[in-house]
Amino acid sequence: MIEAAVIGVGQTKYEAKRRDVSMGGLVRKAIDKAMLAADVDWDAIDAVILGKAPDMFEGVMMPELSLVDAIGANGKPLLRVHTAGSVGGSTAVIAASHVCSGNFDTVLTVTYEKQSESNATWALSPKYPYSPHINAGAGGYFAPYMREYIRRYDAPENIGWKVAVKDRLNALKNPLAHLQIPGIDENMVAETPMLWEPLRYLESCPSSDGACAMVISNKKLAESRNAAWIKGMAVRSEGTLSAGRDEVNPQGGQDCAKDIYDQAGITNPFKEIDCAEIYVPFSWYEPMWLENLHFCDLGEGWKLTERGATEIEGDIPFNMSGGVLSSNPIGASGMIRFGEACLQVTNQAGDHQVDGANVAMGHAYGGAAQFFAMWIVSNKK
Amino acid sequence: MKDIYILAYAQNPIVADAKAANEVELIMPVVHQVFKQTGFTQNDIGFTCSGSCDYLQGAAFAFVEGLSAIQTNPPIKESHVEMDAAWALYESILKIQMGDAETALIYGFGKSSPGDLPFVSTLQTDPYYMSPLWPDKTSLAALQAQLLMNKGLLTKKDMYEALTQSISNAKNNPNALVTAMPSEDDYLTADYLSSPLSAFDCAPISDGASAMIIGTEEAAAKLGLQKIKISSVHHSIETSNFGARDLSTSESIIGLGKKINLKSFELDFAELHTQFTYEIPFIRGLLDLGNIDINLSGGPLAGNVMMAAGLDSIGKSFELLKNNDFNNGLAHASSGPCLQQNMLVHLEKIND
Repeated sequence: MIEAAVIGVGQTKYEAKRRDVSMGGLVRKAIDKAMLAADVDWDAIDAVILGKAPDMFEGVMMPELSLVDAIGANGKPLLRVHTAGSVGGSTAVIAASHVCSGNFDTVLTVTYEKQSESNATWALSPKYPYSPHINAGAGGYFAPYMREYIRRYDAPENIGWKVAVKDRLNALKNPLAHLQIPGIDENMVAETPMLWEPLRYLESCPSSDGACAMVISNKKLAESRNAAWIKGMAVRSEGTLSAGRDEVNPQGGQDCAKDIYDQAGITNPFKEIDCAEIYVPFSWYEPMWLENLHFCDLGEGWKLTERGATEIEGDIPFNMSGGVLSSNPIGASGMIRFGEACLQVTNQAGDHQVDGANVAMGHAYGGAAQFFAMWIVSNKK
Repeated sequence: MKDIYILAYAQNPIVADAKAANEVELIMPVVHQVFKQTGFTQNDIGFTCSGSCDYLQGAAFAFVEGLSAIQTNPPIKESHVEMDAAWALYESILKIQMGDAETALIYGFGKSSPGDLPFVSTLQTDPYYMSPLWPDKTSLAALQAQLLMNKGLLTKKDMYEALTQSISNAKNNPNALVTAMPSEDDYLTADYLSSPLSAFDCAPISDGASAMIIGTEEAAAKLGLQKIKISSVHHSIETSNFGARDLSTSESIIGLGKKINLKSFELDFAELHTQFTYEIPFIRGLLDLGNIDINLSGGPLAGNVMMAAGLDSIGKSFELLKNNDFNNGLAHASSGPCLQQNMLVHLEKIND
């Protein structure tokens, strides 16, 4: 396979309402930063790959068509990806596939969501003429999976609070993070209203505006840059409903993780991966994904969280940037995980840098915990 | 670079209104047909990719519902483009070329009947400066057609000929929706929807789905079928700012013609993703196609399933090469107002 590396990552400041920029302005801010970091000009960009979650989040149909100039795609190949919440991750994988196929030297990829233009819970609750209307939103959909996790492994209530606190304390070290809550502690989380049992208000992700972009290149450019080399990448999907599907520990997530570990030659992810940006939009997904991604045995995930293993100084730091719990521009959230993993291994993560991070993982999931995209990056070719 | 072959293609009968049929009911028959043509099951597929658009039916996540039409246990390598499925094919080609898969299943589906398609398509234009003026899809096409007429590059007669040829060809396509031929008098006296376009000039509102399987040379050889190769495929897009484009030409289409080296082989036919009559003589001129047969399948004027019609151009080209004494075919897919985004595909029959 042709080698590919991320040579530039650009992110906007994440906020509830970015009223200062249009959609085009928002994506361009991330693109400009990524291209500056990559030290490339528009002539170097051979194709553009844009990803975002449902078009109804902004009310613009196939918005890539009207964003052509803002994303510099005029006269170039442009592909638009939509794979639900995993889209930021799968867009990164597809962008890298352009390079790995041998057809392109350098590509630009960008993902965004400007949730303030519409109402996400409304857009997530479609009313089909032929099926019952579930006006649940994402939290309502996932809460039963978490209740089942808690039941199976007898996990204490405060694990969710711990995750919420840990990620928001990390966010204080990331100036781009949307939620900045100084002094947050477990009591503060526990006192917020229950939204979807077991999830309280502060155990849920915010709705954010924001964009994330990356420049991905083959060795021609990457060898002269501070590059994050892609050592393994994969996607997996499974149907929404099928007999025997385990929503708590989905097979698609397990298979996808095993695929990238095999590609990267990783046999013990807990030991060999230095840090990970994992898609945790609701607190309990941290222990659930620790198990699903084979960082520990089943039922042991909440114990890792409890003993602080996922903190920045811990054995396996999770979501050093503050994660989806602190910033959630849905279409970009997966790419932020993938991009933050690159920043870690290239020692560009600033105050939330993990010391000596050489190998990092990016992860995204979507739909009813059924779409998965993941990659492993390293600072060694 | 690995060579890519089309192994199978299937299209549902195109209907004006699929009524209560959901995504699964549209997709499942075509997926079963391509499996039957190849003898494959989902387990033989290395990558699956679909094309659809939520705004057609007015609900988010159409592709998630559609995924229920295929076997996903064990979980599969799968992706989705919010584009015509021709671009799902493109993504699948990349996956095979990078070595991540040997075969791929592609499907596209669209149900335009629940909404007002020209009106809904307005939401594809710039949300700040253009869509508030509500220029519908037909009016934007009319703008381009009128400009071509004003420049002396197009006549109503050219458009009528494009229509009658398409409808006449559609008689050979059992899946075509429109087969009724209007008289020249009916055509010329029809009320304009948006001058110079009448309803006769516009592809019909259609519901349906199509599917395709592609694979490496090894996969094609194993099946022992006639080999149809995707020799070249390129796509590009132009600005959405209509004022910044010369709508009487297409940099995208002309540039792609050069990229696939159109002059380097003897072309037998072209299947074009033309949703309006004027686009047929327009693209014929842009690519200097001479008197080559265009849309022998009837093309989109005889049935135009949004998000599948571009893949259909490629699929119909595959069928034409397979079933006739042809060697080279050209397929075209497009997206956006006034042919903003285009793909050209050179298909070739390989005789061992």
